[in-house]
Amino acid sequence: MTRKEIFERLEEVFHDIFDDSGIVLKDTTTAEDIEDWDSLEHINLVVAVEKCFGIKFTMGEVTGMKNVGEMADIIEERVK
Amino acid sequence: MERDAVLLEYPLDSEYILKKRKAIKRQLKSRDMTYIKKKIAVLGGSTTHDMKEILELFLLKHGIEPIFYESEYGQYWQDVMFDSVELSEFCPDVIYIHTSTRNIMDFPTVRNSQEEVAELAEKVYQPFEAMWEKISETYHCPVIQNNFEPPFYRLLGNRDVWDFHGGLNFVNRLNERFYLYAQSHENFYIQDIHYLASCYGLQRWADPFYWHMYKYALAVPAIPELAYNLANLIKSIYGKNKKAFVLDLDNTLWGGIVGDDGPDRIEIGQETSVGQMYSEFQQYVKAHKDLGIMLTIDSKNEEENALAGLNRPDSILKPDDFLVIKANWDSKDQNLLRIAEELNVGVESLVFVDDNPAERHIVSLQIPEAAVPEMEKPERYIEILDRSGFFEVSAFSSDDLRRNQMYQANAARKKQEAGFENYEDYLRSLEMRAEIRTFSPAYMSRISQLTGKSNQFNLTTRRCSLAELEGIAKDSGNITLYGKLEDRFGDNGVVSVVFGHLDSDFPKRFHIDLWLMSCRVLKRNMEFAMMDALVRQCQEKGVNEIFGYYYPTKKNKMVKEFYALQGFEKVSEDDLGNTIWKLDLSAGYEKKNDVIQIEEESVEKQIVLSPVCPE
Repeated sequence: MTRKEIFERLEEVFHDIFDDSGIVLKDTTTAEDIEDWDSLEHINLVVAVEKCFGIKFTMGEVTGMKNVGEMADIIEERVK
Repeated sequence: MERDAVLLEYPLDSEYILKKRKAIKRQLKSRDMTYIKKKIAVLGGSTTHDMKEILELFLLKHGIEPIFYESEYGQYWQDVMFDSVELSEFCPDVIYIHTSTRNIMDFPTVRNSQEEVAELAEKVYQPFEAMWEKISETYHCPVIQNNFEPPFYRLLGNRDVWDFHGGLNFVNRLNERFYLYAQSHENFYIQDIHYLASCYGLQRWADPFYWHMYKYALAVPAIPELAYNLANLIKSIYGKNKKAFVLDLDNTLWGGIVGDDGPDRIEIGQETSVGQMYSEFQQYVKAHKDLGIMLTIDSKNEEENALAGLNRPDSILKPDDFLVIKANWDSKDQNLLRIAEELNVGVESLVFVDDNPAERHIVSLQIPEAAVPEMEKPERYIEILDRSGFFEVSAFSSDDLRRNQMYQANAARKKQEAGFENYEDYLRSLEMRAEIRTFSPAYMSRISQLTGKSNQFNLTTRRCSLAELEGIAKDSGNITLYGKLEDRFGDNGVVSVVFGHLDSDFPKRFHIDLWLMSCRVLKRNMEFAMMDALVRQCQEKGVNEIFGYYYPTKKNKMVKEFYALQGFEKVSEDDLGNTIWKLDLSAGYEKKNDVIQIEEESVEKQIVLSPVCPE
């Protein structure tokens, strides 16, 4: 899966979770950039991303992600 | 929209529900539907955020619009015991306490003696009981408490379940204490997550990742299962259970097509494995009669063939088990509408059970209010119906046990009606006896059930919880009445409920807050007997004006002119059709009922029989 494809699929997940089809993701996107993205919504987001790519993040990965780019890095590594 | 409504039924697509929660909520809220608003306090021993969000979807589907209070993380006990200001200002209609095995701080070790373990169990249990008692004193509202799920590991292996040192043994012991409390307290309901977790798979349910990562005591993907189950319990408390099965025959209640194969060739009974499977399903369906669930048939068949199938000696369900049998070639949705009419229930009370996806499709399109579970494989029929929670038994009134009998007696009454010269003769021939008295504890659960579910003969459609009704009954400024009606064909149980209050500024005025009657006793003059009793009580209290209120809903048009029939004068009407009526007692009151013999309380609270006066 290319990084572009990963981003496309991630965007779909974000659109569903935040019910906002206007969201555009960049490597540097963080919770600061999306209004409803708080720590509680983050849980749901992570679960949906896991389902979407058929992977499971470790606790270390979930706590370590700083932005969408780092999330995509882990996914890229896993689905290789 | 259609897809999303279906998705909120068992078996759940939890992944989709979690992901699309916001869109589903938006769609549910845009439906043309009247909701009842309920304030629900979620008090958690762990994170509860998503539980609340997903619960909202299922409640909206049931026509309940929730307003939530959520305790701060882990503050379930403190919020109650230390009188949280936010919680008391919130005035909850329901309190849900979500705790889990993660909240048990002390487990036994193998070093403990039997007495020490018993003491430890009390030490863990007592704070729960203290909290429930406090809620019952302070909030008088229903409490839903979930039990403990099994621990996710067993230190003693198989021994863990039976040895008093075992963690699993300890959890089961605590649960038993919870059940004892539930058995002796009304308004207290257990949500069985012990069972839910085992159905879901304990290993996945109690995944430690979600606890350590987010302090969720159950895995986030399992939340829709919990919320679905909880919503079923809440809808049941508010009288929104389903009431009847509408069943197909061929390949639903037996294997094969009776019209083609002949009654001797269909699969039912103990001869074949397929026959055994359908027999088990018939047994499951039949057991619902004891819960007061009505059984009906909606089948494309010649009636003769349908009956031949049900009359097989090894068929567990017999024609007599069904209140209505529609076996014809009309479309299933039309038959379903007729069934609703004959049973005198709304279509939203029906569960349509059919193996044929095309029939299910047309019924769900034509009658979206009816429940249409996905009956795909016969080996899953019981599971699908059972886990759907259509008939969640939150209160058990003795009337439920007899409901089928009562409907049958009704049919006998209808037959008799045909043979009389005039209607009054017919009513007299029924030899009706009514007991009309102030609310009493024996009937409170039935009274609360009626206020929760009566829609048609209901003047103000005011919904009251058991606790509210108990409060109303206690207040000496109120008059409360229930009416129980018996006749020669049987006991109808409590069929009418009325209450109201004396005006605090003008004590000679009385306002009727609620007036309802079960439609199964329509046109029996019971409403007049109730009015006679109400007026008598008002007169004893020196009232000279009674005010009645009619608030229109989609379902209560039949009582629009109720107060006019009772001799009231219309005082006002607003744009919405809400009307206010007045009965002047200063010029006296003429008794209206002379066909029902009344047992009421005398002034000395003794029971006297007042004879029927023939005028």
